Amino acid sequence: MTPAYLDHASATPMRPEAVAAMLPFLTERFGNPSGDHQVARQARRALDEARETVADCLGCRPGEIVFTGGGTESNNLGVLGAQRSRGGRVVCSAVEHAAVLEACRAAAGTTVAVDGEARVDLERLTAALDDTVAVVSVMAVNNETGTIEPLSAVAEVVRRRAPGAVLHTDAVAAVPWLDVAEAIAPADLVSLSGHKFGGPRGVGILVVREPATVAPVLRGGPQERGRRPGTHDLAGIVGTAAALTAALSGRAVEVARVGALRDRLADGLVGAGTELVETVTRSAPHRDRSHTVAGTFHVLFPGVDQEELLLLADEAGVCAAAGAACASGALEPSHVLLALGLSAAEARTALRFSLGHTTTAADVDTAVAVVSGAVKHLRDAGRRPATPQPPSTL
Amino acid sequence: MSGGVDSSVAAALLADGGHEVVGATLKLWGGDSDSGCCSVADVDDARRVADQIGIPHHVFNLTADFEQSVVAPYVADHGAGRTPNPCVECNRSIKFGTLLDRARRLGFEALATGHHARVEQVEGRWRLRRGADRHKDQSYVLAMLGQDQLAATVLPVGSLTKEAVRAEAARRGLRTAAKPDSQDVCFITRTSGRRAFVGERLDLHEGAVVEATTGAVVGSVPAVELVTLGQRRGLGVAVDGRRRYALAVDVVGRRVVVGGSDEAVCQRVAVGTPTWVDRPLVAGDRALAQTSAHGEAAPCRWLGHAVVFERPHPLVAPGQTVALYHASYGDAVAGSASAA
Repeated sequence: MTPAYLDHASATPMRPEAVAAMLPFLTERFGNPSGDHQVARQARRALDEARETVADCLGCRPGEIVFTGGGTESNNLGVLGAQRSRGGRVVCSAVEHAAVLEACRAAAGTTVAVDGEARVDLERLTAALDDTVAVVSVMAVNNETGTIEPLSAVAEVVRRRAPGAVLHTDAVAAVPWLDVAEAIAPADLVSLSGHKFGGPRGVGILVVREPATVAPVLRGGPQERGRRPGTHDLAGIVGTAAALTAALSGRAVEVARVGALRDRLADGLVGAGTELVETVTRSAPHRDRSHTVAGTFHVLFPGVDQEELLLLADEAGVCAAAGAACASGALEPSHVLLALGLSAAEARTALRFSLGHTTTAADVDTAVAVVSGAVKHLRDAGRRPATPQPPSTL
Repeated sequence: MSGGVDSSVAAALLADGGHEVVGATLKLWGGDSDSGCCSVADVDDARRVADQIGIPHHVFNLTADFEQSVVAPYVADHGAGRTPNPCVECNRSIKFGTLLDRARRLGFEALATGHHARVEQVEGRWRLRRGADRHKDQSYVLAMLGQDQLAATVLPVGSLTKEAVRAEAARRGLRTAAKPDSQDVCFITRTSGRRAFVGERLDLHEGAVVEATTGAVVGSVPAVELVTLGQRRGLGVAVDGRRRYALAVDVVGRRVVVGGSDEAVCQRVAVGTPTWVDRPLVAGDRALAQTSAHGEAAPCRWLGHAVVFERPHPLVAPGQTVALYHASYGDAVAGSASAA
């Protein structure tokens, strides 16, 4: 039985356009774009076309596109690479993905607090910036809560307070929800990840808008104008370009469709009598979700442990998520939720439902039934008096 | 499923028996771990064994509970001159506390572990017995369990010898068949040791070593908080060449009183509130008391608030678990208490 899958923010099926675009490059079109013969030239042409396609989609020039090995690598290259290229300090928001946070930490950078809705605090950002700052990194969309960051306002603060700094944005969670070219326009450096919008895993994009530069993190070859050496994963790159085109072409319709399904999920849970809190606003469910992207529904179930809820949901065929896992596979308390001001105990009641291009009303309805039942079961079990324990003798 | 061979075989036996089994590894400690229990490598082993057996596997993050119920008291006890056994506390609060509660909430009927002990039902009552392999018996660390917990506890390898467990694992091709047993406490690394761990959380003070008979200061220890009653290590030798043992540890006064082995014994051990497997012992009852994980159970009399040994017994440190076994049926646990 295929589960009702509501974890598209973690992985989403590849779009058929991407699979179709990739297949020839997994079979007869095996050439390496870096080479001096007709096979290489044909590969080179495919790489050039993919780059131009991506550049068109993102509103930048082909020479400003760097293909990497994924979102994490793009974030590292964007933050560390920019810092190494120009020297100076790094500042990022407190709710960035670990790839940005760790890159910032590696450069001895500092973080800026967010408000209770995970939006970067512009006053605090202003105070944190001066002309010693070289790189500011603020994500376009938060991957956990789905919050849309005020990137234009951030860019304005950066221009005023640290005019020599570059603005990097992790836009991995922005596609396919926002008009990405418009959303990323204020940024000098932009990270994207192919598999988040229906492309293959293992390919990322870093936009390096002129005149910004990045020093390479990986060393070794001339590919990507020396910014990211290594033989091109041409199949992956072609697939990513096809996926990006497909994701953006039907975007407005898809956003409306998925947004309606998200509302159906919220309304369904409420209708089933399930007490829940919308995390970002810390309020009971309401209709205005314009501050988050259409595909994400992040909630708190007071009194319910997320590990237990996920296990029961999974057993009943519903897949959802609750933040990052550590190396052992155990859930860790979300740094994003802690940055929002939630306590560790509150953070343990959180769940993220993320919908995608293949989500149907049936998926949502199954999730409503399973999750509301599991929450009720766990709450009832929590209310039963605990079995009296013998007193600890310590 | 700790990633060890015992829990691996326990899970395999239950799955074979037709039960619906789900494997869980507990993430209890977020710091360094090289004890062979529950490190990331151990989680990998547990998960792959679960795959080999064909059962689902989950990792539960119980680090907050563990810090509060096991680690914090462990550190605090050192500061108070007590010597706790964190494995006992972990069983009480975490495995047969938090985890058992969770298992019940999730609709499971029982919690199984790879402990070497036996749970049996006799005339409607639950009994806890030593494991078949006396050298590996772990009833000592389970002696705090009562009827309610035992009713939901399954110990599949308790009736097997360690050798048989390993043979069973090898027969099934489980990757943990030859894995060495975990040693020591799961959150204390071999490299840094107890001193570094406790020292990071508690101020440690030098202590004077004082001869019991003469009162003379004969040496010092670098950390009085780390000295245990009955300890021999690190206390040197007396003038006559005999080893010194800690007869008393005064953390506040920063003194360790030492004497010879014939003085490092006691006859009576005061204990705190006991827990019982089933029927409580009554003051005056004969019993057998075991005061360390691998020690022998010695004949004694239960007084309700103390245990009196028939023969001189090695000193028992405050906080140490005293596991009580029935005199008439010596491998059945009667209950347990902590030395006061």
